Amino acid sequence: MKTLYNEPSPLETKVLSKRFGLEGSETLDVYLANDGFKAFLKAREMSPEQIIDEVKASALRGRGGAGFPTGLKWSFVPRTSPKPKYIVINGDESEPGTCKDRLLMEYDPHQLIEGILIAGLAMDAHKGYLYIRGEYRYLIEHMDRAIAEAYSRGYLGKNIAGTGFDFDLYTHSGAGAYECGEETALLDSLEGKRGIPRMKPPFPAVAGAWACPTLLNNVETFSAVPAILRDGGAAFAALGTPKNGGTRLVCISGHVNKPGVYELPLGYPMLKAIYEVAGGIPGGKKLKAVVPGGSSCPILKADECDIPMDYDTLAKAGSMLGSGGMVVLDETTDMVKFALRIMRFYAHESCGWCIPCREGTTWLRKILQRFHDGGGRREDIALLGELSKNMLGRTFCALGDAAAMPTISIVEKFAEDFEKRLASLMVAAG
Amino acid sequence: MTFSPQLEERFAKMLAAYPEGRKRSAVVPMLIYAQDETRAITPELIEEVARRCEVAPLQVDEVVGYYSMLHRQPLGKYHVQVCTNISCLLVGGEELYEHAKKKLGIGHKEVTADGQFSLEEVECMGACSWAPAVEINYDFHHHVTPEKLDQLIDALRKAQSMPHDGQ
Repeated sequence: MKTLYNEPSPLETKVLSKRFGLEGSETLDVYLANDGFKAFLKAREMSPEQIIDEVKASALRGRGGAGFPTGLKWSFVPRTSPKPKYIVINGDESEPGTCKDRLLMEYDPHQLIEGILIAGLAMDAHKGYLYIRGEYRYLIEHMDRAIAEAYSRGYLGKNIAGTGFDFDLYTHSGAGAYECGEETALLDSLEGKRGIPRMKPPFPAVAGAWACPTLLNNVETFSAVPAILRDGGAAFAALGTPKNGGTRLVCISGHVNKPGVYELPLGYPMLKAIYEVAGGIPGGKKLKAVVPGGSSCPILKADECDIPMDYDTLAKAGSMLGSGGMVVLDETTDMVKFALRIMRFYAHESCGWCIPCREGTTWLRKILQRFHDGGGRREDIALLGELSKNMLGRTFCALGDAAAMPTISIVEKFAEDFEKRLASLMVAAG
Repeated sequence: MTFSPQLEERFAKMLAAYPEGRKRSAVVPMLIYAQDETRAITPELIEEVARRCEVAPLQVDEVVGYYSMLHRQPLGKYHVQVCTNISCLLVGGEELYEHAKKKLGIGHKEVTADGQFSLEEVECMGACSWAPAVEINYDFHHHVTPEKLDQLIDALRKAQSMPHDGQ
């Protein structure tokens, strides 16, 4: 067994991560000996429509953050277009709190490659580009080795596994930009430009990479595809809850005894994830809040966390399941500081294309910094909320909303923390 | 400009990876890989990448200003990147960054006088569940304490003071 970044939990349901602990899990031989490429060979006997129907039946939803139904996204690509079609894989993993695609690439690169090939069959696409953030250089090299191994053994290139299907796969390095995780900005970056979001429509399915039909999904989404084709969409769907199929890699971080990435079925109880899977909060402290799916998601107060983790329940709770980055905050957390750190991030990462986001994040950062440093005024609390609300829906991509939503929720739900900060200043000032 | 044979081989593969007439796509990967050898994105490098990717130098220049890992000035031989984003913040990332500043005697995006180390407070690098995290050049370090950071830096300093093996 090999040493993983964190101990697995017996409470996990291992589908995508089932090979993670195996010695040599990154090699083609271990992959082939453990169900590898069975799904591809099965898919090769199916029509593109049948493959897409299987993905639809799985109720798989995009694991990058938006949670869009994957099968539906696949059906949008015009397969009969005379233009070349491309598969683009989003390995830009940059949402604060998220560290799962790293593991999928590091421990099971051939599962990802097989998922990409199945998408290629369904789209009649013959080229794929795996966009990996620049900070993950070791993974770019790791994937390059896995790709080279797949080529050398006939699992990439011409006439894959004797099926007559051709597919070329390449890695592509980013160079430090959260914005490039947004699919249209990623495509601009892939084309050698600044990562600026594009106007939609046209959606990437119709005009994506180099203005050609493009299927773009997250690393985890593609990594789920082999299991879906191998065991059937219905079997994958049954692991989760209605419309929320399968399992996902939940990245638990912050104030827990056993932080780690754990594969849990959709609909898993949030409190059980915190207290049982992740071992509870250190020092027996009380739960204060949870960021359920990466820093973009509105925060949940402790009394809002007794819910199952599926896309629809989280939406009903006014938040999002996002990218699976679950950040746990104990009762000692300074929410003013937390809100400031989130806004420093978004102000740094705003690409500057849309003024409400560029200016909004900058002003929110300045106000929060002033508040944090002791220069806050009571009216700032309302101003933070008002400014944030004015950013919502007024930008090309979701970065503006991603900055505004957590801020609105923190200011509304933890106004007391802001008031306390003001009161402590008044006492200090005498 | 010429690069090492390994890099030239990588560049040749890179340019062949994109569809016909789409060499511009190699701009970002070429810049970040070239920077590893040239230590910084110089005007000369911009011209060279533009020539190889068949675009105007300005189209390369504007890209350099956008991506946070591309640097116009040389970094230290060892670039120490400390994450203070939310997951790291909650478990001591800020204190670790303050410690790194003291240990190296430099601040954000500064380089030590001997050119050996540079420091950067970085945004989330994807190590949230094993926080606090530090990346030195391209090597990840997880669950980093101030003591562990001292050991890492001291080991690099020591390696540096060792005599070179004839190269």
